[in-house]
Amino acid sequence: MNSTPSISDRSTGTFRVKRGLADMLRGGVIMDVVNAEQAKVAEDAGAVSVMALERVPSDIRRDGGVARMSDPELIEGIQAAVTIPVMAKARIGHFAEAQVLQALEVDYIDESEVLTPADEAHHIDKWAFDVPFVCGATNLGEALRRISEGAAMIRSKGEAGTGNIVEAVRHLRSILGDIKKITVADEAELYVWAKELRAPIDLVQEIAETGKLPVPLFCAGGIATPADASLVLQLGAEAVFVGSGIFKAEDPITMAKAIVEATASFEDASAVARVSRGLGAAMPGQEMSEVTERLSDRGW
Amino acid sequence: MRVGVLALQGDVREHAVVVRRLGAEVVEVRSRASFSDVDALILPGGESTTMGLLLDKSGLRPAVEEWTRSQRPTLGTCAGLVLLANEVEDGRPDQHPLGGLDVVVRRNGHGRQRYSFETTVACDELGSPFDAVFIRAPRITSVGHDVEVLGRLEGEDFEPVIVSQGGLIGCAFHPELAGDDRLHGLLLERAEAALA
Repeated sequence: MNSTPSISDRSTGTFRVKRGLADMLRGGVIMDVVNAEQAKVAEDAGAVSVMALERVPSDIRRDGGVARMSDPELIEGIQAAVTIPVMAKARIGHFAEAQVLQALEVDYIDESEVLTPADEAHHIDKWAFDVPFVCGATNLGEALRRISEGAAMIRSKGEAGTGNIVEAVRHLRSILGDIKKITVADEAELYVWAKELRAPIDLVQEIAETGKLPVPLFCAGGIATPADASLVLQLGAEAVFVGSGIFKAEDPITMAKAIVEATASFEDASAVARVSRGLGAAMPGQEMSEVTERLSDRGW
Repeated sequence: MRVGVLALQGDVREHAVVVRRLGAEVVEVRSRASFSDVDALILPGGESTTMGLLLDKSGLRPAVEEWTRSQRPTLGTCAGLVLLANEVEDGRPDQHPLGGLDVVVRRNGHGRQRYSFETTVACDELGSPFDAVFIRAPRITSVGHDVEVLGRLEGEDFEPVIVSQGGLIGCAFHPELAGDDRLHGLLLERAEAALA
């Protein structure tokens, strides 16, 4: 009797909607925060999103033990404090933690190697969720496996909490380098690429056609200065996650603003130089040989 | 025809692709110097708080504000609509939109990402319905007398989602993500008319 289309004509949780939010975050900075106050600092500084967690990666690394999903109360406190999207981390393979995060209505779930993995063989089936997922990848094969499981955003898996950019750079160069090679491969070679990458052939064929990953590629792990952000964006990352790099810096507010500005003007060296002045000390860094456990080895 | 795309943050690339497909030149606007000699302006999707802050830092705000308040040819999608609105509800207290478009918008009006959606939006003036992607989209809660509503969301209250006033076009969803060129085409028509 009533022909008015109802709200049920709306489709939520489609891949386009999931990927769309990643597209909107491009050119921005996503900051790790451990409380509402830090979340406000991040938003004031121009962050496009915050990652709500109990401890930043450098503290997780220092403390050891099992690192799990954050307390819902902490996540809700951060959601109440800011208007920008709020992300949170679930353990690799821990779909129940992801279900809880979806129930809390976080805007993006990071299935993250920074937490202790919950499953040694399976990542989460991300197609089963309406909330989008971001996953880490060290190389193109890993990125495509995560996309085939439903990830709508890929980030590098640089060594979190070290303040050392070298690993993230390796991942970006590997992913983007292989994409370039695939664009000049012939049809027969694509099957070899799929086999060697252990990735679905249709995704490899799509890359051969488009020359890019089917979802946005962001950089995470080891960003500690505005110049680090500029480096990875020039290499081809489309946005940056900054973990310990902000709130472990001597002057977090100034560092946060500087990284936001450097990200917006990453190709303009004089702008990066301007915001790099008088920042105070960046977070203390770690040489890779001092790192006893590589978090990037978690996941497969 | 030179079309500036505000390139401080957001889905700049998708807008640039559409503009080039329509045969116009893209100018990525990042600084005061790059915002000169353009015939139309696009405010992309992204985070309006971040863009607002970077408008101040880059020194672009006064020039862009003058442009939008004079209702010169501008298309704003999603966060771009928030920037065009004269008033923003539920934004940050220090969030100052550029203004020019006599509407009130509510940021994230449909809720968090879980409630982001796709649907079709009827638009008689431009032909077939839009294949519309709404991402944490703003809602237009009030429309001034001089604002023309071009598209509405189907449902109980048929709220406006494409609006226009003078040279300004505001859209709550992302035609650029669906590869729909019609609003950009309308923008270019208005820019042509302004030149003539």
